[in-house]
Amino acid sequence: MPGILDLVTYVLLGIGILFNALGIIGLLRFPDLYTRMHATTKATTFGSIFTSLAVIVYGLGLFIGNNDSQYLTLAIHAFLAMAMLAFTNAVSAHALARAAHKSGQFPTPAVCDRLAEAKL
Amino acid sequence: MMDQWLIAVLCLAFLMILASVRLFLGPTGPDRVIAVDAVNTLTIAAMILLGVVYQEVIFVDVAIVYGLLSFVATLYVAKYIGGEL
Amino acid sequence: MIPFLITTFLAFLGYLILTAGTGNIGLWSVTELIMGAILAVVTGALTRNFLCRSRDYRMLNPARFLRLLVYVPVPFFIELTRANLDVAYRVITGRIRPGIIRVRSNLRTDLGIFMLANSITLTPGTLTVGIDEKTHDLFIHNINLGEGEEKKEYFESTELFSLINLPAWIRKIAEHDKEAP
Repeated sequence: MPGILDLVTYVLLGIGILFNALGIIGLLRFPDLYTRMHATTKATTFGSIFTSLAVIVYGLGLFIGNNDSQYLTLAIHAFLAMAMLAFTNAVSAHALARAAHKSGQFPTPAVCDRLAEAKL
Repeated sequence: MMDQWLIAVLCLAFLMILASVRLFLGPTGPDRVIAVDAVNTLTIAAMILLGVVYQEVIFVDVAIVYGLLSFVATLYVAKYIGGEL
Repeated sequence: MIPFLITTFLAFLGYLILTAGTGNIGLWSVTELIMGAILAVVTGALTRNFLCRSRDYRMLNPARFLRLLVYVPVPFFIELTRANLDVAYRVITGRIRPGIIRVRSNLRTDLGIFMLANSITLTPGTLTVGIDEKTHDLFIHNINLGEGEEKKEYFESTELFSLINLPAWIRKIAEHDKEAP
């Protein structure tokens, strides 16, 4: 049983770190603000969800094994942090994209820009 | 037993340093703000993992509060950039 | 009175979730239960006007909550996984063709538009940039437009998701039962 638990947490942590790394590489590599935002919002949210899932699996596994309520608390709080992360990241990305477009920074390699044409 | 968690935290710390490269290079203000946002997200993920490394639930609670505060800060910076403040 | 009761109940539920595992009445200790009740009443009294501002209680229907609980882990998570594989491909190859397009949402309520915007941001190749307050159209930054797609005036919101029809799910969760004429 502990072997399987370790294996699952290894896999989840690996996926999480991989997607976080892809998000940061995209942040360094993409040409303008909006494409960078694609990389950071999606990939770091997904990676952080997976690292939190590793903590949740670890906590639940030890809670079922030892019946120690400290690990249940760890799992529940990690779940709340994960939900908060997924929710707030998307909203702050909207706010930043809208503000940047309002301040006059348009996507530089772009084939069309309907928001600038709409003139809201 | 603790190894994999500590290694993961170190990887996240290295990624934070990489994100700070964009923070220094970033040609405009919003670029720097999204770099800070990415660093904040990674900090929350690292804090959740540190809760396992040190066997303390309080790290995860601090991560929740840190995340909500950084969310509010990002919203205010966005309002400032958009000229609504 | 109803907003106060809803806010108090939700605050108490949040306190119970945060303090689970502290004692032996169920999972909670007596002091935590009393303290949670007092704090929940104070929170409900202070913030009763923020949560239910529109005085519309359709979200009290448990069927909507159950659909929301199914929506987040299954269809939404599948699209999220696809989105990240897509972003990984773009990061590695650097093959992008970005542009901002206009998408008809056909949703009326604030909650519905909020859920659609969040779902769009976390799904493949798209990021919500702005909203037209009058017509409830969304402006989407698309990282890889197809050839000739930049000439289209409008997109329907179902065209953005290829595997699962997420807008239909959102309409079932958040919209009014009868469409207003």
